[in-house]
Amino acid sequence: MNLALRDIRHHLGRFLLTAVGLGLLLGVVLSMIGIYRGLVADALGLVRAPAAEVWVVETGTRGPFAEGSRIPGDTRESIARLAGVTETGSMTFQSLEATHRDRKLRLQVVGYEPGRLGGPPAIAEGRGLARSRFEIVADVKTGLVVGERIPLGGDVFTVVGTTRGAVSSGGDPVVWMALRDSQVLQFRLSPAPARREAARGPVAAGAPDTINAVVARVAPGASVEAVVEAAKRWKHLAAMTQDDQETILTRSVVEKARQQIGLFTTVLLTVSTVIIALIIYTMTMDKIREIATLKLIGAPDGRIVGLIVQQALALGLIGFSVGASLIASAKDFFPRRVVMLPEDAASLGLVVIVVCLVASGLGVRLALRVDPATALGG
Amino acid sequence: MTGDNPRPLVECRGLAKHYGEGETRVDALRTVDLDLWPGEVVGLLGPSGSGKTTLLNLIGCIVEPSAGTLRLDGETVWEGKWLRPDLRRLRLEKVGFIFQFHNLLPFLDVSENVALVLDMAGAATTDAFARAHELLDYLEVGHRKAAKPSSLSGGEAQRVAIARALANRPRIILADEPTAALDGERAGIVMDLLRKVAVEQSATVVVVTHDEKILGRFDRLFHLRDGRIEDMASRPGDLTG
Ligand SMILES: Nc1ncnc2c1ncn2[C@@H]1O[C@H](COP(=O)(O)OP(=O)(O)O)[C@@H](O)[C@H]1O
Ligand SMILES: [Mg+2]
Repeated sequence: MNLALRDIRHHLGRFLLTAVGLGLLLGVVLSMIGIYRGLVADALGLVRAPAAEVWVVETGTRGPFAEGSRIPGDTRESIARLAGVTETGSMTFQSLEATHRDRKLRLQVVGYEPGRLGGPPAIAEGRGLARSRFEIVADVKTGLVVGERIPLGGDVFTVVGTTRGAVSSGGDPVVWMALRDSQVLQFRLSPAPARREAARGPVAAGAPDTINAVVARVAPGASVEAVVEAAKRWKHLAAMTQDDQETILTRSVVEKARQQIGLFTTVLLTVSTVIIALIIYTMTMDKIREIATLKLIGAPDGRIVGLIVQQALALGLIGFSVGASLIASAKDFFPRRVVMLPEDAASLGLVVIVVCLVASGLGVRLALRVDPATALGG
Repeated sequence: MTGDNPRPLVECRGLAKHYGEGETRVDALRTVDLDLWPGEVVGLLGPSGSGKTTLLNLIGCIVEPSAGTLRLDGETVWEGKWLRPDLRRLRLEKVGFIFQFHNLLPFLDVSENVALVLDMAGAATTDAFARAHELLDYLEVGHRKAAKPSSLSGGEAQRVAIARALANRPRIILADEPTAALDGERAGIVMDLLRKVAVEQSATVVVVTHDEKILGRFDRLFHLRDGRIEDMASRPGDLTG
């Protein structure tokens, strides 16, 4: 005869209300983890889009995401000539603010040469860039639709295609445009002193031929490290593998957020533990007389401990299910991407079970100390 | 009255209980000597506060004595300290307690309340419920099997509590005012049942009562006053006469 279940049924409304409340709390914990996973996925999305194996940037920098990097436009040709390199692409990265339908819009602009590495990984609607100038492919999160026109840095661009889920590490949607367009945009939008300085160098058609990075792919048999080493030997160049680039990005861009969210998650879990412990303690307090009666009629401690621990577990598991289904159904309504990994949910489930066991300790201690004679009064 | 059994089921020697110390000390029970034999039904009388409940709780190993010796079924259970570590197992197997306030578990229905003690003693679920229903039917509360204790009348709750106390066929049955909430006819049924149990299970039944209606049904009556057994009468006739 399961006492825990019968006691829950006896106070079903109150129990479910408590479980739902706990579920909301656990939902917040899950969404925290999901937001962090989303942050990492977003941040890496931009780095992974070109599907490169080698990144070549300005020497002494860890660009182009963690630090600024400016290299001459002809760097790509030098890299393309290295042994083992099969494909290359020049790329620019800049974020800017545009006005679209009277609304401020923050964009991550990526410049690349159509036909070379660096373009959007998949087109959701419309087509990729074809003409060399004044076309863009925009992520749907910008709110732009195919055929729409938008002014950027003095020129008017036409949206020819859209992508889905392409954002910068800051959460801004990505817009792809031809390299030359992006260079003009970079030149026009850069601060005046920088523009004057740049103008003193070799100037072609107003904007300098400067890029932020060269990405490269390597032949199947060739060594990526060898290409990286060879690229480093070029004057004023730094090079790294795709893995290095991802590590730098997660370290520099996501690490702070990870610590922040990790800390917050820890605080929330601690709060949840305390709350679960208090709920179970209160549930036990409410049952003091019944527990004393159980002792009077000869119930062994195991039976009484089982009653409390099983109720704690039921509370935790129902709460967890409520929280998980809540976040699973609400995750697409968050302003930034929320990624729910099954393994994250599973580990939180495990943590909840442990927390319930620890939290019921307080209630169990109380129950075991109850004097059976307590039940004898009126 | 002692039957074939050479030993009393309950032996109290100089049994005493006090609560508190110094200024606040209350001597609830002072040096009680008492032997209770298998097959007998005894009554415990006395004014309020005279120590009746305390004596029942001491015999039932619910409250720890302050002095003396307590032997149940030939086994010394208290002498200066508890000599049995598993008092609850002892209660489950040997003692059936009919509490003054019934003490039914509110989250179990009537038949579960009775079946629980059988379940805890190791009975199979179907057997436990079969015995529970049999007892409840006998006590005329079978029709309330599925009811929650909160919906029972005082008399019904009392009879369910009796069914629970008898479920494990204990040899020591302790009842605190078991017929107070019952009418004369039902009180008679309860006393008949307790008598039957005493005989069939060679059990000892101790009943605390104020109930004039049932005084004639006891083999012996003990009068408590200020924590002492004042006099002893084999028949209530001796007591009143
Ligand atoms: N837990 C307790 N703490 C202090 N005093 C108690 C306690 N239980 C009983 N007493 C006292 O012991 C005396 C006997 O009580 P009790 O056995 O309940 O009497 P009865 O059942 O005959 O009315 C009373 O004076 C009562 O106040
Ligand atoms: Mg009393």
